[in-house]
Amino acid sequence: MDFDLNEEQRLLKDSIDGLLTDSYDFESRKKYMKEKGGWSKAVWGKLAEQGLLGLPFAEADGGFGGGGVETMIVMEALGKALVLEPYLATVVIGGGFLRHAGSDAQKAAHVPGIIDGSKTLAFAQLEKNSRYDLFDVATTAKKKGDGWIIDGEKFVVLNGENADTLVVTARTKGDRRDKTGIGVFLVPASAKGVTKKSYPTQDGLHAADITFTGVEVGSDAAIGNPDDSLALIERVVDEARVALCAEAVGLMDESLKTTVEYIKTRKQFGVAIGSFQSLQHRASDMFVAAEQARSMSMFATMAGDFEDARERSNAIAAAKAQIGKSLKFVGQQAIQLHGGIGMTMEAKIGHYFKRLTMIENSFGDTDYHQRRVADGGGLI
Amino acid sequence: MDLAFTKEEQAFREEVRSFFRDNVPPDTRRKLVEGRHLSKDEMVTWWRILNKKGWGVSHWPTQYGGTGWTSVQHYIFNEELQSYPAPQPLAFGVSMVGPVIYTFGNEEQKKKYLPRIANVDDWWCQGFSEPGSGSDLASLKTKAERKGDKWIINGQKTWTTLAQHADMIFCLCRTDASAKKQMGISFIVFSMKSKGVTVRPIQTIDGGVEVNEVFFDDVEVPYENLIGEENKGWDYAKFLLGNERTGIARVGVSKERLRRIRDLAGKVESGGKPIIQDAAFREKLAACEIELKALELTQLRVVADEGKHGKGKPNPASSVLKIKGSEIQQTTTELLMEVIGPFAAPYDVHGDDGSNEAMDWTAQIAPSYFNNRKVSIYGGSNEIQRNIIAKAVLGL
Repeated sequence: MDFDLNEEQRLLKDSIDGLLTDSYDFESRKKYMKEKGGWSKAVWGKLAEQGLLGLPFAEADGGFGGGGVETMIVMEALGKALVLEPYLATVVIGGGFLRHAGSDAQKAAHVPGIIDGSKTLAFAQLEKNSRYDLFDVATTAKKKGDGWIIDGEKFVVLNGENADTLVVTARTKGDRRDKTGIGVFLVPASAKGVTKKSYPTQDGLHAADITFTGVEVGSDAAIGNPDDSLALIERVVDEARVALCAEAVGLMDESLKTTVEYIKTRKQFGVAIGSFQSLQHRASDMFVAAEQARSMSMFATMAGDFEDARERSNAIAAAKAQIGKSLKFVGQQAIQLHGGIGMTMEAKIGHYFKRLTMIENSFGDTDYHQRRVADGGGLI
Repeated sequence: MDLAFTKEEQAFREEVRSFFRDNVPPDTRRKLVEGRHLSKDEMVTWWRILNKKGWGVSHWPTQYGGTGWTSVQHYIFNEELQSYPAPQPLAFGVSMVGPVIYTFGNEEQKKKYLPRIANVDDWWCQGFSEPGSGSDLASLKTKAERKGDKWIINGQKTWTTLAQHADMIFCLCRTDASAKKQMGISFIVFSMKSKGVTVRPIQTIDGGVEVNEVFFDDVEVPYENLIGEENKGWDYAKFLLGNERTGIARVGVSKERLRRIRDLAGKVESGGKPIIQDAAFREKLAACEIELKALELTQLRVVADEGKHGKGKPNPASSVLKIKGSEIQQTTTELLMEVIGPFAAPYDVHGDDGSNEAMDWTAQIAPSYFNNRKVSIYGGSNEIQRNIIAKAVLGL
């Protein structure tokens, strides 16, 4: 049993922390938001240069063979700096489908572009009524010759505006809520019949609602079994959840640090407000919540290697539920302790709160995951 | 990072578990499961079994009878002990006064007291809190005056747990009234059988008598019963309170209770079906299990850290253990109350010494709920713990 990072992992942490300290202060972030697509190509290039975009890919595919702990380190750092760039969509999720089920040809076509930073991906999964159920898919993929024709609507596709390739869940068989008959397809964003409506999200990222109207894709478009890929989708989304847990831990760490610094310097009644016990206790409770979240983020990261799929998803559900509770408390209290200034767009704390809040509503909220644990027979 | 226990650690867990299975008296275990208090005999019998095995004072240095286990082994032992469940060693002797004596006592004191603590030949109690000195412990007033080769002790202690069984007390006494409040305190041990010691039981809201008031009226104590240096008692008290960092979360206790809740919730009906089939109840139970899993991981982080870097600098996460551990213990007792519903009400007039066999399984659930309100108050209330985090961790 060991919770420390090894030498290589420590170096990785130092290098990404260093990169973000140099290029991602709050003022720079505001500039990046104004670039096309809402993030910085230059920063993305630096992440590629340091090998971070290739981190989880196998060495044979040109990557570095990193595991869950490496992704945790990166996501925590990205959270701490409130990074806008589409690491989750491209490397964790898009890359996840390719790593777990991509054919050699698919990998050869997509992985090098991800690693060198020239291509990004987006995951088109959410539908109007699917909420957090990954099997709830109304979008269809009908067989035509060797390929498929995709029809349907997807919503809040993160990085949907910029992505070169869309990873689309679509049904080849059965009814909307059947657990079989679901496939995953790689669709070029430029394909005929793809229309996008782009918009910024509450947390400063960018997303798009995407309509697929008679979009034709070839036989090489399906990742994994086009008729039965729910397990694959669950696996990759579980990895996305673990990554979000780590990002949230980074966000909470920075929120707590910023808040403690603020109450040490803000004076009222002639003294720093941090000298008041009611505020001290609130800050202590934030610390407790953040530590509980960190523990569960580590647990979820290590659970990624559990052999038993049920145990793995139960552990990750538990982690996402704990992180949801913790982030709500830490985020809300960070605003409260900042007082009026916490309500302004000028102060950075509100932006952390907004990102934390959107994480709660991504890939299952606290209630959803708590129910998963409850229905899965508990944890003890 | 690696969550797995080694093969040796897993084998150790098996060894500990099978020892408990074979050696904890069944009636003792049943009483603990049902939340009952144990008699003095039941506790002492078990502790002597444990001591005979060589596990009575497992965390002491080996020269005084400790096991030399790693911090992970201690964790496993504690977890198995709590979740079996078996009675935990008497903290006042084993975790509190014992370490003070082998760290600050003289050779004679070590020889005299340590083996008797290990075998519970002496039952120890703790004389710290006073009516006017709870969280503000250093304001204590009990006085020890030096007269020749004796101390004359006058004053009153309170919340003295199980003093009714005690042979010995370790006591914080003011020995220099002119010094600043933390500076004039000494750590003195003496017999509870001394003339002038009076024990008055305090009945708590669960109906039980776990705690007492203890009065000292011109109690004469030999001078050599002073541990360490005169007026340094506060340092020893701080050492004592900081000594037990990881056991305090009581993860194993809560695990055992959650298993019991799940078991009972499968039997007790609500709306014509077992309560466990009620989605709202099941989610509440899951929420508690998730909190406990997070706490277990937090505790493992602290344990792994101690194992690697020694016990010198406490991991900041360790301050989470008391707060969360007590909150979760209380939640488990609330869930038990919820399971039994209206059958929480009947009052068990026989108490723990009554005819246990005949008693209904619900009898101790409400008392246990009332009793567990203490866990966020004792050992430094959760508010004091928050002060500690604010100062020591956040620098406020």
